[in-house]
Amino acid sequence: MDSDDEFNSSQGSEDEFMNDQDSDVSIGDADDGEFLVLRPKKSVNKFRWLDSDIDIDEGDGGFESQDKDIKSSKHSYEVDFTVYSPEQIQEHQNSQIGEVGNILGQPPEATAILLRHARWNKERLIESYMDRTEEVLESAGLGESASDPPKIEKIKGFACDICCEDEPGLESFAMKCGHRFCVDCYKHYLQTKIKDEGEAARIRCPGDGCNRIVDSKSLDFLVSDNLKDRYQELLTRTYVDDKDNLRWCPAPNCEFAVECGVKDKELAKIVPTVHCDCGHFFCFGCSLTDHQPAPCSLVKKWLKKCEDDSETANWISANTKECPKCHSTIEKNGGCNHMTCRKCRHEFCWMCMGIWSEHGTSWYNCNRFEEKSGSEARDAQAKSRQSLERYLHYYNRYANHEQSAKLDKDIYLKTEKKMSQLQISTGMSWIEVQFLESASQALQQCRQTLKWTYAFAYYLARNNQTEIFEDNQKDLEMAVENLSEMFEKPIDQLESLKVEMMDKTAYCNKRRIILLNDTAENLKSSNWEFNVVLS
Amino acid sequence: MSAGSKKRILKEYGECMNDTPSGMKINFDEQNMTEWEVLMDGPEQSVYAGGHFKLKITFPIEYPFKPPVVSFKTKIYHPNVSNDEKGSMCLGMLRPEAWKPPNKVVSVLHLIQTLLIEPNSDDSIEPSIATEYKDNRKEFEKTAKDWVKRYAK
Repeated sequence: MDSDDEFNSSQGSEDEFMNDQDSDVSIGDADDGEFLVLRPKKSVNKFRWLDSDIDIDEGDGGFESQDKDIKSSKHSYEVDFTVYSPEQIQEHQNSQIGEVGNILGQPPEATAILLRHARWNKERLIESYMDRTEEVLESAGLGESASDPPKIEKIKGFACDICCEDEPGLESFAMKCGHRFCVDCYKHYLQTKIKDEGEAARIRCPGDGCNRIVDSKSLDFLVSDNLKDRYQELLTRTYVDDKDNLRWCPAPNCEFAVECGVKDKELAKIVPTVHCDCGHFFCFGCSLTDHQPAPCSLVKKWLKKCEDDSETANWISANTKECPKCHSTIEKNGGCNHMTCRKCRHEFCWMCMGIWSEHGTSWYNCNRFEEKSGSEARDAQAKSRQSLERYLHYYNRYANHEQSAKLDKDIYLKTEKKMSQLQISTGMSWIEVQFLESASQALQQCRQTLKWTYAFAYYLARNNQTEIFEDNQKDLEMAVENLSEMFEKPIDQLESLKVEMMDKTAYCNKRRIILLNDTAENLKSSNWEFNVVLS
Repeated sequence: MSAGSKKRILKEYGECMNDTPSGMKINFDEQNMTEWEVLMDGPEQSVYAGGHFKLKITFPIEYPFKPPVVSFKTKIYHPNVSNDEKGSMCLGMLRPEAWKPPNKVVSVLHLIQTLLIEPNSDDSIEPSIATEYKDNRKEFEKTAKDWVKRYAK
């Protein structure tokens, strides 16, 4: 056991000793003994897994047998969350409106406006309302209350200030603020706001300079049913947007929202991946598709870097060399190997990078590979290109997993078609061929994780933990490649490979959990060192 | 354009004719009443004094539910007027979210006059002119007067 030996051999050093005190390093000595378990004392037990589907069988002896203090089998990389449907979100709003309305002694419409104005911060609203009632009502657009409830009226001698209509019997409407306009103009105004501008919670009275908010009861008088639906939808949207612990699922056409308690400032320590009921895995912190183990800020940096750099870096690496003297990047665009740097006038040979004067008469034909000056120049070049190469190393692996995940999916889709044929020819039942489905899902998920391990690794500075991380990464990668290879086997062999494939699927999933647990725990206890600042 | 919008524009034109703000002339074409041409004299107390500016006011189809669009046809050196061929202005009541249907063109015209006298450097469309207006008033006034001579005579 490699890691075990290493641990023992370095135990005497001071660094290791300090580390030991901080993070409670223990050796994984349960039935799965190939890896080191680094478990910080405090991080355990803080989260409890809610989603009951996944509770059932993620049997991972290596961790479970040690974690006797954890009741559920929730992993370190998982966070608590709840998925809500639009109806549930509506209920939430209503119950909060009811609760706060009772305390403030305000009718539901006004309470709703107050809550939206306070961005659904109940405590702050109640406190400020108790202290300065008038001020709060005024700023929420509920000021100067008159007693009559708003209704549509015909008033003698009324002329609408918007359309200038003044015929007798013109129907008009005003809220409590008394700014009266004809019903058509009022309707048109609301329609423009809701339909064209997508406003809902903050539509003001059309009166010049009036800040009173149009409440939903007034809206009911004036607006058609489908516009009301749109209005309700917009209100729900602002509710979710205003709440820090709620977020829409970003999957196309998905209507669910997810609640999660992870705060923005915790994002350097936790990667909160949540699983929407629609099947989409996404990060609660930044709404991007699941990017464990890399924290949000690294993901942001990495994506920006890839956008800016990867193509350019690839091209530079493939087509240019650096001047051995001044390190300017040079593209060779002619046939001659005798290069003169435009910048520093240094003359060198393109082939061996040695000084040109040492070439004597052997122009256009460099055969001086062993020369000292040449090899020194190449060494220097190699060093200066290291950072570029390092980036490309990680980028290419990152991009490869992204690409492979797509290809795996393609193969699966093709396989799926033949699955029905397999069912017919071998007499296997539908349930018996589902192993392909789970294998495909495992591949997708593991490749997604692997992809981000490379972005993570790019920003990771070497320390005692990195070797374990790299081992975990390597193990997962090997497991994934093995499984992926089996996917490419012809369809008639699949039946005989079933058991092996199921084993490999389980192994992949297990390796992924091990990797994610290790990275999540170390992230939480700040054991990773990064070569950039996590924001 | 709805009958209501037309009626409203006609009424507003009538009001403007009865009480035209000083130093302004409005050219109104009944065939095309959604575009007004306004000739505005630079206010006496401003750096634009002595200049004659041509503006276009365009009423959108949704008027008065959407604000009118103002553009300077005469080049002017001003923090709140875009320094391009559009010469557009977008602040205060002219912003869609601030516009209220009962607002009238005549208040827009007053707003423009006020801005010529006192530019609003906090809500500028030309940040570099705004900075100059704040930090180097002399230089700003010199260029503004120079442009009046060059473009607005």
